[in-house]
Amino acid sequence: MKADHPQAVNEAPIEFSANTMAEMNRVIGLFPEGKQKSAILSVLHLVQDEFGWVSVGAMNRVAQILGIQPIEVYEVATFYTMFHLDPVGKNVLEVCRTGPCQLVGSDDLITYIEEKLDIKVGETTKDGMFTLKTVECLGACGYGPMLMCKYQFYERLNKEKVNEMLDAMREASNS
Amino acid sequence: MSRKLLIEHAEVPGITSFETYRKHGGYASVEKALKTMSPEEVVEEVKKSGLRGRGGAGFPTGMKWSFLAKPEGVERHLVCNADESEPGTFKDRYLMEKLPHLLIEGMITSSYALGARRSYIYIRGEFMYVLRILEKAIAEAYANGMLGKNILGSGYDLDLVVTPGGGAYICGEETALLESLEGKRGNPRMKPPFPAVKGLWGNPTVVNNVESIAAVVPIVNEGGEAYAKIGIERSTGTKLISASGNLVRPGVYEIELGLSVEEFIYGDNYCRGVANGKKLKACIPGGSSVPILPHYLVTKTAAGTDRLMTYESLADGGFASGSMLGSGGFIVFDEDQCIVRNTWNFARFYAHESCGQCSPCREGTGWMEKVL
Amino acid sequence: MIKVTIDDVEIEVAPGTTILNAARQAGGDLVPPAMCYYSKLPGTGGKCRTCLVEVAAGSTADPRPMPKLVASCSTPVMDGMIVKNKTSERVHTNRGGVVEFLLVNHPLDCPICDQAGECHLQDLGYEHGSAKTRYREERRTFSPIDIGNKIKLHMNRCILCYRCVAVANQLTDSRVHGVMHRGEHAEISTYIENAIDNDFSGNMIDVCPVGALTDKTFRFKSRVWFLKPYEAECACNKCSGKAVVWMFGNEIFRVTARKDKYGEVETIEDKTAWICNDCRFDKKDPSNWTLIGPRKIDRHSVISQGKYATKNDNNPKLLR
Repeated sequence: MKADHPQAVNEAPIEFSANTMAEMNRVIGLFPEGKQKSAILSVLHLVQDEFGWVSVGAMNRVAQILGIQPIEVYEVATFYTMFHLDPVGKNVLEVCRTGPCQLVGSDDLITYIEEKLDIKVGETTKDGMFTLKTVECLGACGYGPMLMCKYQFYERLNKEKVNEMLDAMREASNS
Repeated sequence: MSRKLLIEHAEVPGITSFETYRKHGGYASVEKALKTMSPEEVVEEVKKSGLRGRGGAGFPTGMKWSFLAKPEGVERHLVCNADESEPGTFKDRYLMEKLPHLLIEGMITSSYALGARRSYIYIRGEFMYVLRILEKAIAEAYANGMLGKNILGSGYDLDLVVTPGGGAYICGEETALLESLEGKRGNPRMKPPFPAVKGLWGNPTVVNNVESIAAVVPIVNEGGEAYAKIGIERSTGTKLISASGNLVRPGVYEIELGLSVEEFIYGDNYCRGVANGKKLKACIPGGSSVPILPHYLVTKTAAGTDRLMTYESLADGGFASGSMLGSGGFIVFDEDQCIVRNTWNFARFYAHESCGQCSPCREGTGWMEKVL
Repeated sequence: MIKVTIDDVEIEVAPGTTILNAARQAGGDLVPPAMCYYSKLPGTGGKCRTCLVEVAAGSTADPRPMPKLVASCSTPVMDGMIVKNKTSERVHTNRGGVVEFLLVNHPLDCPICDQAGECHLQDLGYEHGSAKTRYREERRTFSPIDIGNKIKLHMNRCILCYRCVAVANQLTDSRVHGVMHRGEHAEISTYIENAIDNDFSGNMIDVCPVGALTDKTFRFKSRVWFLKPYEAECACNKCSGKAVVWMFGNEIFRVTARKDKYGEVETIEDKTAWICNDCRFDKKDPSNWTLIGPRKIDRHSVISQGKYATKNDNNPKLLR
């Protein structure tokens, strides 16, 4: 098993939108003076909300904003699996694959989406519309099989519901 | 049907708003505690209640509170563990989504008991929509004088913040959660020192599960002794059970501890049996970390007595023929399920979620996954 | 002072002392091995689990045994505590298990590893390892990378002790490497292409218990046991200038800090004698140094032991 994560190329810090910055300042302000680093996960979520993923340039900017070393941001961003460190599609489908969901058919759900979108887990559709990922337990075990997209939970899924969901997402992303 | 102490009003329309929640008796525990009780008296009631931590370990909450160090001039914190990520467990999400003010009320009453003036709710990042619900409810609580300076004229100040995780099972472990809350990787800390002595930012800290904190509300309202009368033996009060897997009616149920497992799986008020008329093969009663019970040990113990939903009865037989109540993540397997496949699935989960700090877990979980 | 008994040896130590440090104060072969704890680097320890010991009695006040084995590096002693290390069969078995885990993904490339001969994992494998492997699955692999022009990182060999992270945090002005990802995929990395460039970064090589971080100025030049170590000093404005130079004839092959019997950099004149990169990497001319005399090599080296050559024959346990 090759576990190499090739070293990323360093990038200059990038700027965030005014809205993102305002929201960042709010979440940083929730913590006492000198404890700004506590807001790092909130801040990384905001970065991902704006760009869809978290780039090196964005992380370098986060380090500046929080007054910490860039390596502290890289360490955190690579530890927590919600952050996408590579570009992803407009809609990231994160299907729960853990035990309770598996008991009620998550394997079939994953296969169905793979066939429907003609991609494998981890891949993005050619039009950049969907990325399919599998994740561990999302805390919706009684309502499986399920997936999360843009922080929204789609539960008790079957083929019809998946079809409707994909159509609605496609439409929303195109408009 | 059991009494419901926590989620009785969960389906009331508009209960997520401060006003409706207040109309249904909400924030009574804050009034009672702040106006008529000393912090020590609140701790005493929680001790009397026999409440045991609802996150999984089942450690007595009152005792945990009494361990909190209280050095002069050092800030203390209450941190709510809302990182619910034990597979099979989804009760805290239900509680927070339906009754955000119940958690906030519990946080205020509990923070008062502990002398915390800055408290935090650490919620798993995947529950971002629940975080938004909580944020809105917290804003309402501030607007109505339940949070902030001089709450209800008592002179007690409290700030409450809700903040997200980023996708890491390990952050449900209390010291990993504190590391994460400090903006670091969720690597558990070495103990001692325990969080009660050195926790968040080195300050004495208590970390409690969502349901434990919510349970403080009925305990303060009705008294610890009244709460202790519910349940049997050292399993007092009510417990939220997350039922999942091959059941007719999976979902979140509030039960009085002491209910029989038989009734819980097959009873009309609960899960109504195994789905699609199939037979029961096995059951994991307390979240994926606890031992799995084969069908003949689910409703009866090895000694032939009825298996009950209590800390003691589920553990009857130890790891050989018993299991644990754990977090109440009740996962049911029907006769068609492959236990080996499911065990591999959970092994993969633990390999994926290992923080990688200690060698036995880092190398061992990966190896287990590959072996299976 | 409080009393603690370790493997039937009773000693008195200051309150707050960990079991491991109490054992080191007692000395001898009752000292548990440690791969991640490093007494000179606060905050290290608790990770590798090789120092696990059995606590047969918690204290005089509460003499119950502790149910699980504990990490001796991070468990403080209590008055009246009874600890078993080499006298505990459980410890022996479990330490063997930990060594097995540490070797699951280790490449065992000792024949081409510069650390061979002074590697703590080799010692541990010798004392607690099995001659056979039960691991049939594929190993996790990484490619070696340069982190700066003087240090090579072989992530394959790393046991994730975090010592080098502590060095960067505590000895250098800004850390540019750390632990990325998690679980089995956790790795020491700079994440971005970055050089570790700091006067004291070379100490990462000295604290590394295995061959994950090696000195590029010494790589593949010689096996360590062919070299003669000498205590030496030089006038240096950055560090103490007290080091060990490793020579072959009149040539200096490498320079390291002076290490004690636990493989830790020695305390000289109340200070941990870390050495700077100039002394370590650049002063390879004998005229740079004043030689004090031959350096005695302690237990962590094949040079002084000869055990690999002889013990095999009369120690059938090795072939477990």
